[in-house]
Amino acid sequence: MPTQVLMPALSPTMEKGNLAKWLKKEGETIKSGDVIAEIETDKATMEVEATDEGTLGKILIPEGTADVAVNTPIATILADGESAADLGKAPAPAKAEKAVDSKPAAEVKAEAKSQEKSDERKAPPSAPKAVVEPDPEVPAGTEMVTMTIREALRDAMAEEMRRDADVFLMGEEVAEYQGAYKVSQGLLQEFGARRVIDTPITEHGFAGIGVGAAMAGLKPIVEFMTFNFAMQAMDQIINSAAKTLYMSGGQMGCAIVFRGPNGAAARVAAQHSQDYSAWYSQVPGLKVVAPFSAADYKGLLKAAIRDPNPVIFLENEMLYGHSGEVPKLDDYVIPIGKARVVRSGSHVTIVSWSNGMTYSLKAAEELAKEGIEAEVIDLRTLRPMDSDTIVASVKKTGRAVTVEEGWQQNGVGAEIAARIMERAFDYLDAPVARVSGKDVPMPYAANLEKLALPSVAEVVEAAKAVCYR
Amino acid sequence: MAAPKKTATKEAANERGNGSPPEFTKEQELVALRDMLLIRRFEEKAGQLYGMGAIGGFCHLYIGQEAVVVGMQMALKKGDQVITGYRDHGHMLACGMEAKGVMAELTGRHGGYSKGKGGSMHMFSKEKNFFGGHGIVGAQVPLGTGLAFANRYRGNDFVSLAYFGDGASNQGQVYESFNMAELWKLPVIYVIENNRYAMGTSVTRSSAQTDFSKRGASFNIPGMQVDGMDVRAVKAAGDEAVAWCREGKGPYILEMQTYRYRGHSMSDPAKYRTREEVEKVRHDQDPIEQVRNRLLAGEMTEQELKAIDAEVRKIVNSAADFAQHDPEPEASELYTDVYR
Repeated sequence: MPTQVLMPALSPTMEKGNLAKWLKKEGETIKSGDVIAEIETDKATMEVEATDEGTLGKILIPEGTADVAVNTPIATILADGESAADLGKAPAPAKAEKAVDSKPAAEVKAEAKSQEKSDERKAPPSAPKAVVEPDPEVPAGTEMVTMTIREALRDAMAEEMRRDADVFLMGEEVAEYQGAYKVSQGLLQEFGARRVIDTPITEHGFAGIGVGAAMAGLKPIVEFMTFNFAMQAMDQIINSAAKTLYMSGGQMGCAIVFRGPNGAAARVAAQHSQDYSAWYSQVPGLKVVAPFSAADYKGLLKAAIRDPNPVIFLENEMLYGHSGEVPKLDDYVIPIGKARVVRSGSHVTIVSWSNGMTYSLKAAEELAKEGIEAEVIDLRTLRPMDSDTIVASVKKTGRAVTVEEGWQQNGVGAEIAARIMERAFDYLDAPVARVSGKDVPMPYAANLEKLALPSVAEVVEAAKAVCYR
Repeated sequence: MAAPKKTATKEAANERGNGSPPEFTKEQELVALRDMLLIRRFEEKAGQLYGMGAIGGFCHLYIGQEAVVVGMQMALKKGDQVITGYRDHGHMLACGMEAKGVMAELTGRHGGYSKGKGGSMHMFSKEKNFFGGHGIVGAQVPLGTGLAFANRYRGNDFVSLAYFGDGASNQGQVYESFNMAELWKLPVIYVIENNRYAMGTSVTRSSAQTDFSKRGASFNIPGMQVDGMDVRAVKAAGDEAVAWCREGKGPYILEMQTYRYRGHSMSDPAKYRTREEVEKVRHDQDPIEQVRNRLLAGEMTEQELKAIDAEVRKIVNSAADFAQHDPEPEASELYTDVYR
């Protein structure tokens, strides 16, 4: 049966084109791969190759015709043994599903368009809500051990590595040097070089190797000496780690933890002092955790290592040496996605995480002296964000202040303010205030660095402002 | 600045490995012919469906390069892993993934390998050990090295194949991977498919070292240039590299000298090379014609070969049919598979 050659779409956006030239004449023999015509699109002149063999039976659209709609029959090809007499029998090759054979292509296209429009009008399904288990019960009488955050992190990794042979740690100076910030102390001695792996200085490369190993079913912990260096690995984190599960229709994902110090360090200037909270927490497919207390560091890192998704675990260098009480339990795992009300109060809600909590808690003490009871929420997880806890608090206090070290534009504070506006607008007695890092690269000079970061005074001032005091 | 040099089209003879490759048995020739034909016909059909608007976005066809994946696949065993870039349809078919699932992904339908959520450049099959389908040039190289890392970690003797092109060969992460792969003796074969053009930029205009088999030299990774248009040469080189990796000697680089007949993607008018250049490769070196001619010179008849072609066309046509009639993914799929 003769086959029709249709006006091809030659780019993702092409809807029509000009038939510039026929390179074959009616009656000429055609082999698969022969160029039969030239078509001008909005971008370029393209050659049309034959995909079938036979004879060019009839040219339906003469050369020089402009604005030929995609899918319009432009010629008929006769198979071996067919003649011009068979021309009337030519069926259009199978068209895209929405196409209807008896209608001209232009009309078909229009129909497809209106179909698309009606699809657009349909509301998208609503996003699923994260279901998060409450924090584990710490039974009364549980022994509390005071340890540094550095030790809490090390213990979390060691426990998970004992529990699961697929868990391993890789990064710069994690093994023999015992960690650039001494976080992985003793791990090489316990687990050996097979599972505690020193990498060359090659963030993009080892992040990708980690993701590949995770795709093969292992559970890597990839340490970045600081998250500043993870900029080199951003493509692998976002494009490979975060998106693979979705792009594979759920077949292949990766259980991987990227961890290391994030945020402002001390006197190391712009390239080594930056908060990436907002960057990572924008990306669907990633979970982002940024704890403050020693117990949360331990419990959340254990949860991150067990999580089947890629988790960005943002630590803070300034906090590594801080000590806190960690319950002595065999398996202390804190669910990802749950904020914690660290201090209750009824006048104003302060929302922060990681080192921002340092300013927030001190500010709450100052405020208390002046008769303002602040409720302080430690977000702990930035994605998925526990809006419920924030909203419940704001409904009680009617006022909110966000505190972060990162920049204000498109920051996490901006996101929190938007969520409060969406869900608790009628409860607000004042606009949400944001305390943040200043809109500058981090300066080196001690006085300027101090100015660039949030301060307790700024938090106090913001809290008073929203209380109109 | 000097005018860009006209691409030096190397003669076929210079591109072959040392001597002529070992002969295939008739059975091997038939397997190679059928597998290459399946890719060729599949890609022709994909091009057609793209032209009809049934396939959207980017679509990179593998026509001309079929001998590379088919020959390499013949050197692998079950359990070995494969990963590649965005010109990936051929790799998937060679790995044994079903034509209809691949085609339905191209049309963005529910029955596609990624439920229509990945498209041409992003498909995976855990079952067939195919790890994608990656859209960012070069990103699959560390990932494939990571697959090898997992094999070494587990102490098995599987090998991973990381395919990439002459274009990706200039990405920094490729060399980061080379370094760690050799340092840790990871069983990975870097298959560089040198089809002479990175999109529209010829190898000579983009690469200081155009002998890609030497790209691992500073890491002590052995490399070999292979006539990637001769499926027997590919298989022989693959055997050698696979043996090297399985023995725990570390990575291996194979530069496959090949050629793509079509544009970089469907919307590429391919003005950076002459029609004659394409025609010459097609005429002199076509990987499928080479096998056909050998079979015809033996005891096979034209009619028997046509029957194979007909069988392949049937598979492809039914895949195309499925891909056009299978429903689009349910709207409820929008939010699935973001997390597990």
